[in-house]
Formats: sequence, C-alpha cells, structure tokens
Amino acid sequence: MKLDYAALFNALRPEAHLALGALLVLGFDIFWARHRPANRHHVALALGLLALGLAAWKAVTPGGAGPVHGGMLMIDTLTVATRAGVIGLAALALCLLPSPSRLRHPAEFVAILLFATTGFTLMAAANQLLIVFLAVELASLSLYVLAGFDKTCPESAEAALKYFLFGGMSAAFLLFGFSLLYGLTGSLDLGGIATQLAAQGPSPLLLVALGMVLVAFGFKAAAAPFHLWAPDVYQGAPSPAAALIASASKLAGLVVFTRLLWPGLGSTVGAIAHLPITVGWAPVVALVAGASLLVGNIGALAQSNVRRLLAYSAIAHAGALLLGVIAAGRVGPAPLFYYASTYGLATVGAFGVLSVLEATGPAQKLIDVAGLHQRSPLLAGCLAIFVLSLAGIPPLAGFFGKFAVFAAVLRLGGLAGPVGWLAILAIALSAVALYYYLLILKQALVARPAAEAAPVRVPLPAALALLISAALLVLLGVFPSWILGLF
Amino acid sequence: MNALPCTIYVAFTGALLALVAGARSAQAARVVALLTALTVWGLTLYAASGFVPAAALQDLINIPWIPELGIRYHLAADGISLTLLVLTGLAATTGVLFSWNIGERVGEFFALYLALIGGVCGVFLSADAFALFVFYEIAIVPKYFLIANWGSTNREYGAMKLVLYSFAGSALVLAGVLWAYAAADGAGFGLAQLAEAATRFTHVQQLGMFALVFTGFAVLAGMFPFHTWAPTGHVAAPTAASMLLAGVVMKLGAYGCLRVAMPLFPVGFAFFQPAIAWLAIAGILYAGFVALVQEDFKFVIGYSSVSHMGFVLLGLAAANATAAGGAVLQMFSHGVIAGLLFAVVGRMVYERTHTRQLADLRAMPLHRLIPFAAVVFVLAGLASMGLPGFSGFPAELTILVGTWQTRPLWALAAAGGVLVAAAFTLRAIQVSFFGKVERVEVNAHHLPPITWPEKAGALLLLGATIYIGLCPDALLDWIRPALRSPLFHALFTGGAS
Amino acid sequence: MSPWPLLSTLVFTPWIGALLVFVLRRRAPDSVVRGLTVLISLSTLALGACALAHFDPAVTGMQLVEQHAWISALNVRYHLGLDGLSLVLVLLTGIISPVALFGTLRGVRCPAVYGALFLLLQGSALGVFVALDFFPWFVFWELSLVPAFFLMKLWGGPGAGRAAYQFVIYTIGGSAFMLLGFAALYTAAGTFDFVELAALARDGSLAAKLGGPGAFWPQAVFLGVLLGLAVKVPLFPFHTWLPPAYAEAPVGASMFLTGVMSKMGVYGFLRILWPIFPAPLQAAATPLLWLALGGVVLGAFAAMKQADLKRMVAYSSVNHLSYCLLALFAVAAAGRTNPAASAAALSGTILQLFNHGLSAAALFYCVGVLEQRSNGRRGLGDFGGVRSAAPFFAGFCGLALFSSLGLPGLNGFVGEFLIFRGVFGLAPWAASVATLGLLATAIFLLTFWQRVFHGPAAGAGVNFRDLDAGELVTLLPLIVLMFVLGLYPQLLAGLINPLVTAWAGSLP
Repeated sequence: MKLDYAALFNALRPEAHLALGALLVLGFDIFWARHRPANRHHVALALGLLALGLAAWKAVTPGGAGPVHGGMLMIDTLTVATRAGVIGLAALALCLLPSPSRLRHPAEFVAILLFATTGFTLMAAANQLLIVFLAVELASLSLYVLAGFDKTCPESAEAALKYFLFGGMSAAFLLFGFSLLYGLTGSLDLGGIATQLAAQGPSPLLLVALGMVLVAFGFKAAAAPFHLWAPDVYQGAPSPAAALIASASKLAGLVVFTRLLWPGLGSTVGAIAHLPITVGWAPVVALVAGASLLVGNIGALAQSNVRRLLAYSAIAHAGALLLGVIAAGRVGPAPLFYYASTYGLATVGAFGVLSVLEATGPAQKLIDVAGLHQRSPLLAGCLAIFVLSLAGIPPLAGFFGKFAVFAAVLRLGGLAGPVGWLAILAIALSAVALYYYLLILKQALVARPAAEAAPVRVPLPAALALLISAALLVLLGVFPSWILGLF
Repeated sequence: MNALPCTIYVAFTGALLALVAGARSAQAARVVALLTALTVWGLTLYAASGFVPAAALQDLINIPWIPELGIRYHLAADGISLTLLVLTGLAATTGVLFSWNIGERVGEFFALYLALIGGVCGVFLSADAFALFVFYEIAIVPKYFLIANWGSTNREYGAMKLVLYSFAGSALVLAGVLWAYAAADGAGFGLAQLAEAATRFTHVQQLGMFALVFTGFAVLAGMFPFHTWAPTGHVAAPTAASMLLAGVVMKLGAYGCLRVAMPLFPVGFAFFQPAIAWLAIAGILYAGFVALVQEDFKFVIGYSSVSHMGFVLLGLAAANATAAGGAVLQMFSHGVIAGLLFAVVGRMVYERTHTRQLADLRAMPLHRLIPFAAVVFVLAGLASMGLPGFSGFPAELTILVGTWQTRPLWALAAAGGVLVAAAFTLRAIQVSFFGKVERVEVNAHHLPPITWPEKAGALLLLGATIYIGLCPDALLDWIRPALRSPLFHALFTGGAS
Repeated sequence: MSPWPLLSTLVFTPWIGALLVFVLRRRAPDSVVRGLTVLISLSTLALGACALAHFDPAVTGMQLVEQHAWISALNVRYHLGLDGLSLVLVLLTGIISPVALFGTLRGVRCPAVYGALFLLLQGSALGVFVALDFFPWFVFWELSLVPAFFLMKLWGGPGAGRAAYQFVIYTIGGSAFMLLGFAALYTAAGTFDFVELAALARDGSLAAKLGGPGAFWPQAVFLGVLLGLAVKVPLFPFHTWLPPAYAEAPVGASMFLTGVMSKMGVYGFLRILWPIFPAPLQAAATPLLWLALGGVVLGAFAAMKQADLKRMVAYSSVNHLSYCLLALFAVAAAGRTNPAASAAALSGTILQLFNHGLSAAALFYCVGVLEQRSNGRRGLGDFGGVRSAAPFFAGFCGLALFSSLGLPGLNGFVGEFLIFRGVFGLAPWAASVATLGLLATAIFLLTFWQRVFHGPAAGAGVNFRDLDAGELVTLLPLIVLMFVLGLYPQLLAGLINPLVTAWAGSLP
C-alpha cells in the first residue's frame, strides 16, 4: 500500500474547498452578516455559490488520474463527472434558497448544504469501504438536518425524523454488510476485495453480506420495497433539501453503488441476461428495479400532492436507474451517469418551481399549480420542460437517458432473459407515467388559476437556476454526446 | 430536394417566433404562423419541382449525431416522403387559415401547432430510426395541449386518451426498435443498417419485432381495434388540430408502418399479413357502421377517418406495389378531405351555430344560411365517398386493384366499405345542411358570414382533392418509383402471392 | 380521329354551361338565366346533329374517337367514341333535356341552381354514353348521381329526402361492386378500356386471365358488374328504389330520370356486360330472362294497382325497360341460333330505349301538369272529365299514353314489335309470358285515360285549364317525334341496323 499524502491532498481539493467554504459561510455570518440582516441571506448565498464554484473548478482539473493514497480514492472520468455533476446540482438547489422570511438561519442552511455536497463528492471518489461509509454518512447526516430545517412546519420535522430513522437503519445494514465483506476478504479496498472474491467463489456468508449492502442502498436510492420514507420526506422537507435529496444524493449514491458492485463485487454478479438465472447480486438488483418501477408508477397514479407524486416518480426512476447499474458492467457507466444527472436536473427544476410558488402560497396539491401559465409564463414553461423530461419526451434529456439505459440493457441479451423483459416493462410503464406527469401539466398549462391567485414574481437566483436547468435539459437532450463522449 | 430539411427548422423557428409574437399581439402571431406554414409548404413544393423520382431514398443530410450509439442525423426523402410533406405543408397552411379566429393564447396555440408540424416533417424525412422516433414523439405532446386548451366537448378526456394511446403506441415502437438494435448487436439505428441486420434475425425475433413496431405505429394510424382514441380526440380537438390529426398525424402511423415496420421485418410482416388485412377491413366496416348512427356531426367525421385509414392499412397489407401506391395516395387524399370536412364541421358550422348535434342542425336551413359551407361540405362529402373526379377515387381504386391481386376476398369485403361510406356521408350531408328546409324561417337565425381565411383554406383543399382526382399521376409518378426501392423488394415479393 | 374534339365539346358544354349559370345566378335576371340554360341544353342537340352529320352508319366500330393518355399508373386513358347505339342515346338526351328544362324551369325555386344541376346531370349522362374507358365512364356514371340527388332532394315532394337517399345508396351499392369487378378485370387484363377488354373477351384470353371459366372469382366479377348495372336499369328485383324516386322527384327531373338516366343502365348492359362477359352472360341468361320477365309482368301489374299517377308511370317504366333486358337476355341465351331474330330483338331494344324516353318523358310531363293544376294532387281518382275542359291537353296526353301502349302508327309500337318478334324467334315461352305484361299495360294505361279524361268533370278536373303556349311548345316536339318515328322508324333504325347485324353475326 503506497501512501502519498501530497496526492491525497491534491485529490481532495474539491472537498477541502467545500468544507472551507462552509466554515467561511458560518464565520462570515457570525462576525459580519448577523449585524446586517438585510444582506445576511445574500451573503450566505454568494459565499456558498463561490465555494461550489471553486470546488467545481478543482473537481474538473483533478491534476492526475488513477488510485490515490493506496486505492482509498479513485480519480477517473466517472469521479470527475460525478463531482462536477453533484456540485452543479447542489448549486442549483442552493439557488432555490427560501426567502429570508421563511428561512431564519440561511448561513447554517448553506453550510450544511455544503457539507452534504462534500459528502457527495467524496462518495464520487470513494474506492474503499470505510471511505464509502464515511462519505455516505457525512452526506446523510447533513441531509437529515436539511430535511428538518423548517422548524415552523411540523411536516418538515416528521420528514426529518422519518428520514433519520430509515437512514440510520440503512447505515446499520451498510456497516454490517461492509464488516462481513471485510471479514470474508480481509480487505477494505475494492480492488483487493475483487481479487479475493475472484479467488474464493461464492459462499453463504457472502450472500448475506451482499444482501445487507443491497438493502442499505435500496434505502438510499428509495427503491421499492425500501421506499417508504420517500413520499413523506419529499412532502415535508424544504424545497432545496428535497431537491438535493432527489438529485445530487441520488447521483452520488448510484455512482458509489456502481463502483462497489462492478469493480468490487463484479465476480458475484450472477447472470440474468439469459435464462436460467444464476445467483448473484444482479438478480436481486433486477428484482428491486422491477418492484420500484411498478410501485413508483402505479403509486404515482393515485397522488394528488405534487411532491408525493414526484416522490413516486423518483421511485420509478430509481427502478430504471438500477437497470442502468446492471448494464454498466457491459457498456460502462455512461448511460447511467447521463440518466442520473439529467434526472437530477429535471427534479431540481421541478422542486425549484414549487419552491418559488411557496413564496406566494401553498405548493403542495396539484391544484396549487393551477393556472401557472397565467401567473408566471416563465415558471409554467420551465415546469413543462422539467416534467416532460421526467416523462421522457424527446428532445429533452430525460428521453435520451431512458433510451440509452434501455438500449444498454437490451444489449445484454435481447429479450432472452429477465433483464430484457424488465426493460420492456419499463418502456411500457413509461406510457403509464405520462398520464400522471400530464396531470401536473394539465393544471399548470391548461386549468385556470384560482380566483385569489396572484401573479408570481420569480427571484433572480431561482430564475437563473430554472433557466439553466431547462436549457441544459434541452441541450443535453439534443446533444447527448456532450456527456456520453466523456466516458 | 435539399430544401426539405429546412421545413423542420423553419417550423420550429416559426414556433418560437409565434410564441414571442403572441406575447405582443395576436394578429402578429397569426401572421407569423401563416408565413411559417406557407414557407414550409413552399419549400416542399420547391423541392418537388426539382424532384427526380428514384427507386431509393435520396440522402439530404447524413452526419454523426450520437456516435456512442451509432446514431446519425440522417435525413433522406423519396417520393413517399415528398407526397406526405406536400400534404403536411398544405394541411399546415389551411389549418392556420381555419384557426384565424382563435382568440385566446394565440401565440401559444400557434407555437404548439408549428412544433407539431416540425415534428411531422421530421418524421417524414428521417432515415434513422432514432431520429424518426424523436420527431415522432415531438409530434405527440403538442397535441395534448392543443386539444386540452383550445378544444371543445370533453376536451381533457379526449386529449388525455389521444396522447396516452399515441404514447403507448410509441412505447411499443421504442421497444421493438431497441430490441432490433440490440439483436443487431449495436449496429446503429439507420433504417438501412437495421434492415440489413434484420435479415439475420431469427424467425421469432422478426415476428416479435414486427408485432411491436407495427402495432405501435398502427395505433396512431387508427387501426381497429386501437382506433378509439381517434373519434374522441377528433371531437375534442379544435378545428386546426382535428385537421392536422386526421390530415397528417394519422398518416405518421401509416408512414411508420410502411417505412419502418414492413421493410425492416418482412418475415414478420408475411406472418401477420392476413391478420392486418382483416383488422383493416374490420376497421373500414365497423367505423363506417358506427359513423352511420352518430348524432354528433364531428363523430361522424371522426369515424369516417378511421374507416378511410382502414383502406390505407389494407393497401399496405396487400403487399404489392400497386396497393401500396394506392395506400400512399389515399394518405394524401384522406389528409386533404378529412381536413376539409373538419374545417366545415368544426369551424364553419360549429363556431357559428354552437352545436354539432345533427338533430339541432336539422332544424336549421344551413344550406341557405351558409351556402358556401354547404357547397364545400357537399363536395368534400362526395370526395370522402370516393366519388370519381375527387382524389379518393383513384386512391381507393388503386388499393382495390392491388388488393384483388393479393386476395380477392379482401377486396370484396372492402368494397362493402365504399357503400357504407356513401351511406353515412350522404346521411350527414342530408341531415346537417339540408334538414327540414321549408318549415324554418331563414331570418330566424343570423349566422356570421364566412370569412376570407375560411374561403381561402377551403378552396385550397378543394383544389387539391380535385386536382389529384383528375391527375393522380402527379403523385403516383413520385410514389411508384419509390416503392421499387430495394428496401421494399423483399416485402413485395416475399408476401402472400 | 376528328380534328375538333366534337365529343368532348358535346360532353363538357353542359358542364361549363352549368358553371356559367351558377355564376350568373345573382348577376343576371331569372329570365336570362332560364333562356341561357335552355340554350346550353340545346347545344347537345346541335352537337349531336353535327355528330350525326359526320357519322357513317355503315361502320360498326367506334367513330369520332378521341384518345389521350390520362393516368399512367393505372393505364387509364381518356377515350371517347361513338357508335350507333351511343348516337341514338345522345340524340335522345339532346331532345329530352331541353324539353324538360323548358317545360319546368319557369315553375321552380332558384331556377339558376336547378338549371345548373340539370346541366351537370345532362353532361354526365352524355359522358356515360360516349366514354369508352372504364375510368372516365365511371366518373360520369357516378357524378350523374350527385345532381340527380340534389334535384330530387331540394325540389322534390315531401318524401323526397328518403327517396333520394335510397336512390343514391342503391345505385352506389351496385357501383361499388362494379368497381370491384373492374379492379379485378384490370388485375387480369391490365386495361380499363372497354374496346380492348371486349377484344380480349372475344378471343377468349380474358376469361383465361381471370382464372378460366367455372372458377369462382370470374363469376364473382361478372356478378359484380351485373349488379351495378341491374340496379341502375333497374332489373327486377332491384327496382324498389325506382317508384319512390320517380314519384318524389320534381317533374323535370323525373322526365330526365326516366327519359335518359334509366337508359344508362341498359346502355351499360349493351356496351359493357355483354361484350366483355359474353360467356358468363350466356350461362346466366336464362335466370336473368326470368327476372326480366318478372319486371315486365310484375311491373305492369304493380302499375295497375297504383292509385298515384306518378307511381303508375314509374312502374310502367320498370315494365318498359324490362322489355329491353328481355330482348337482350333472350339474344344472349340463344347464341347464334337465329341471327335474324337476334338482330330484330336488338334493334328493337335500341328503338325501345329511344321511344320509351320520348313517351315516358311526355307522360311525366302530363302528370306534372295535372299535379300543378290541382295543387299537388295526382291520384287516379282525383280527376275526371278533363277532356272536355282541356281538349288539347287530353289529346297530347292521350297520344303519349297510346305511344306508351304501343299503338301502331306511334313510335312505341315499332320497338315493342321488333322485340316481340325477336324474342318469339329465340325464346317463345318468354315472349308468350311477356304478353301478359302487354295486356296489363294496356289495362292500366287505358284506366288512366278513362278515369282522368272521361266521364263527368269531377274533383280537380272541374274548370281544368288547358295547356298554355309554353306547355304546348314543351310537348309538341315530343308528340311530333312520336308520329314521325312511328311512321318512319327507318330514321333511327338506319343508324343502328349495320351495328346490330354485326352484333348478331358475332354471337358466340
């Protein structure tokens, strides 16, 4: 094991910037901004964005590739892209910061958001079980706090509690699974684990370890049947927090999951592309994916609350993303990354619209967005793009994400095995999904506004965030090679 | 020819411009839309003027688009595409004329409308399955908003049903195309490449892929029993949207069958050929009989569309160059005629009388109140009945001739459809415009006079149907060479004799 | 080939005229429009005379032929031509149509629209008589329905809507199958041209291409075409649309329907069915003969039972046209056994077409006069003693009745006589049954004569106004022609004799 602290520091520059930025935000708030309440909000926002910007710059100029510090971290294209992605998504979420009247401690919110982002970027680079666990827990703990940040709102507290309980449970599973893996292989390093497992072959204990890990990640990714926390959290958490949970957290989680499963546990994948199925983690992931697709899409049909609807849609998307995880072994992580990042963009955007609406009144029920086209054409147009992208309508990025993932999955073995059938199921369910997405758009673009509804004024940061997300969704949809070409 | 891709860009640009212009003044949006539609049409006609019919797709653009998946931005055209593009231009132009009176959210209306046109043009030009699919879906979504926002009876239901059916169909297509792509081991999405790879597919693969892709497209073409979206959608839609739906969008489905499903999977086609033919015949007859008993004027027209599209599908199912040529001609013909019928019913009559119930219309001497509409409707109705002298006749005759070559029995069954079409069209003419003539005072009703955009639109469409009725060669000379393309070779020789 | 496209001019003058009249409807006074309409309608007679001047009766093939490529995809040609049969019918159209227009144009609402529709109808009928390619022929055949429909519907009696609908649906129903039949013929032979198809049929290759005699589909093709024509004539039992249609139509339209349009069906039998399907027709001739007999006898008996004069005349049309079919089927059934009798029957058929056109049109006009004088009453019992009040009218109507009856010296006699002569030679049993029809015809026509014109003045017959100048002028040409053709049948027969002799000679 070759330890190189210079390289380690070099590799951790984005995290360092984020952490420093968080401290800076807090410090500036205590010593300067607290006495200038009018500017407190803007300063926190500006410093937060600055930190994210610097971190992003450092992330895309890694200054070296390959394993770092004896394989603790892995700097490769996926790392770079994921770091840039999560930082970008976090920045967009940050722009949705609630107005001063509804957020009493902006600096703390921003700082915790930056800590969460630190966790995400670390997840993107983690290549060792302990680092993985550390990064996941850093991100999760920050998110628990963010979810419960709105102390005036009991739903927010409920969301935080639920998220925390489920999250804590999943952390326990994760840790137990990791310890079993370590016990079996004597290695924390993913490369080492892979070598050991290839030599050992499967054992019952390994299956238990795999099961533990999968359960934990199922919780994190909000995949059925471990999805129960998602609707409540999406409903109760403040909009930027929900946006972050739904977007950056998911992207980072899937990347670390993919890294763990393919380079780490790749030898125990099992086979599901053709019949008969052989035991491994892939059948379990496929099962979870199928369940998520069904539960998410069918559950969403019954929702009358936009946020819960988005939560169920997230569950459905998690199913499709898990298919991408299965396919990543054959075609690489490009389709998965594309899907997850563009899905993140669309979700951040959708929550962004809701967060802007919250400034003028409730933004929970479907009818709360009624007549948006009259109240704010900008919001209505952006919402249309986000929702249609989630629905997978070309030329928006959401379409190509699905297309690429399904194409990759079908290339595993056509319709000869369960994973191909799952792809067909997912395609069929996308027609169902269009129904509930159109329900949102019907309210926003067709229905008339309620009598008392006033025009909405969109704050500048939010407007920028929404426009950037929308533009990216269109551009990435038309030119998917911008992302696919990276890998 | 090289002007054709511009139709797509012009339409999408026009959509944005209309949106911008509509924010300032409604009239500006209308003018932008009309100019855009005219430009699209003009471009297709200009391309047609320099078109040299050939037995192959003529490449227009072919550049890499998403090289990671072997996707190319490949646009190409042949006589079939050109025919349908000219139709699209015509339908787009007249549709704008018939929407001149839209007063609410005008900019958005025309933006969606032109986006739909752009998608349609894209489909007709794509020679890459991915590009085709993308444009195909682009054409689906605007329909929802056009209908849900500006439609009439039961519009939200009609819009949702229509879009879900279309999308379900497109999901089937997606599944089939992706399967083919996977089975070809990532050879790309070019239609020619897929067709080449498809020759190596197993029997079961061909059958499965064909069933998926064909069914998907046939949903949009209104094939029985997947047609139920069409009447409700048409009834709910605003006039211009009905015109486009029946006139062009249903053609997308049939075009997809002819361009993608059939040439790619000839083995699958040969297997399902009889089933398709019988479903087409069932559609012709069933929709005809249903139209015969409708009480809502637009439902009559909506079902008549299904019935006429049955002829298109039958022509395709007959699998010979004659019948397929007739099917393409029928696509054109039906596009024009259905547009005309919907224009009369939706715009000229409904916007004035605010009723579409035949029972109510019967009590109004419409032929004296709005004689122009009556004359147009009579002519359109005659064309729709397949009366000679109008475009429907050479189309249906060609289809019957071709079908007879394949299976006389199919032709016999379909000929019954001609009769039913005559019955329901005549009933509609009789009841709606020439109701209880004597007993009503003309002065009892005051209807606004027919406006110039309506007259211009109606005359354009009438001119087209009569011109093609008298000179079907104008289109058949484009279509027939295209059907001799090697792509169709396996299809027209491998089918049932 | 004529340097000037005479036949196209003949066909399209009424159509262009219709457009002109329609355009002028608000810009010119009604009287001008009416005059113009009749003038345009007369053009057919003038151009028909022109054609007659260029016509050589000795030639049995097509004359004044015009032929141009039209639709290459279907090998469709614009092919017009004329033989004796066509010429006779063109002349008939040229007479009936201006007479009907002149007689009725004064009394109708919107004379311009009425006139325009009428001219459209006239042009379509002419097109049917001269077109020699199925495609243009079918164009004219179907388009003739449209003006007929609207004339009936908009100017007809109270039940006109239903009658018109029934008329069009029946006819299109038949046409659809005829269309299919031609689709099949095209598939087999690659052409729509009547002349070419007939030539192929003569040398037997058409039957071979269709799949050989006895196979199912060739029979079906024959039946399809037969159905289309049989509905139009009409052949019993496809006649049910006819009485209401003729009865509900306005007088002018009834005159044209019975005078010209009913001839289109028989023309189709002679021009299409018989030459193209000689063998199937021969095979089916005997049952068809029975159907024609049914038309003759039952048509006459049904007419006898009618209380409505218009329906009575309508049924008499069924009866008279069935004679034509009777003769044709008898000839087809007999083959070349008795060429002289065949020739007689065939020329009788053609003469009957012309004569029935004259007398039936005159009769409908007379019923129209009765109807108009009595506020729409036209029951057999609604009149009485009209003769004493209106001697001219009685005289003219009586002449028309007796012409229809087949009184020697009037035109009706010649045609029926020749038909009977021919049929006696070919199928004596059929001729003897048909005499029953002759008897019944005599009874109902005489009943008409007696109940309406004789006896004491009663009902609407009281103070019956006699014909005015216009009505007189309307009827006069028809009456004169009845006499002329009754005394000099050679005038017409000369045009067709070589043709029917050639037909009779080429029987299988």
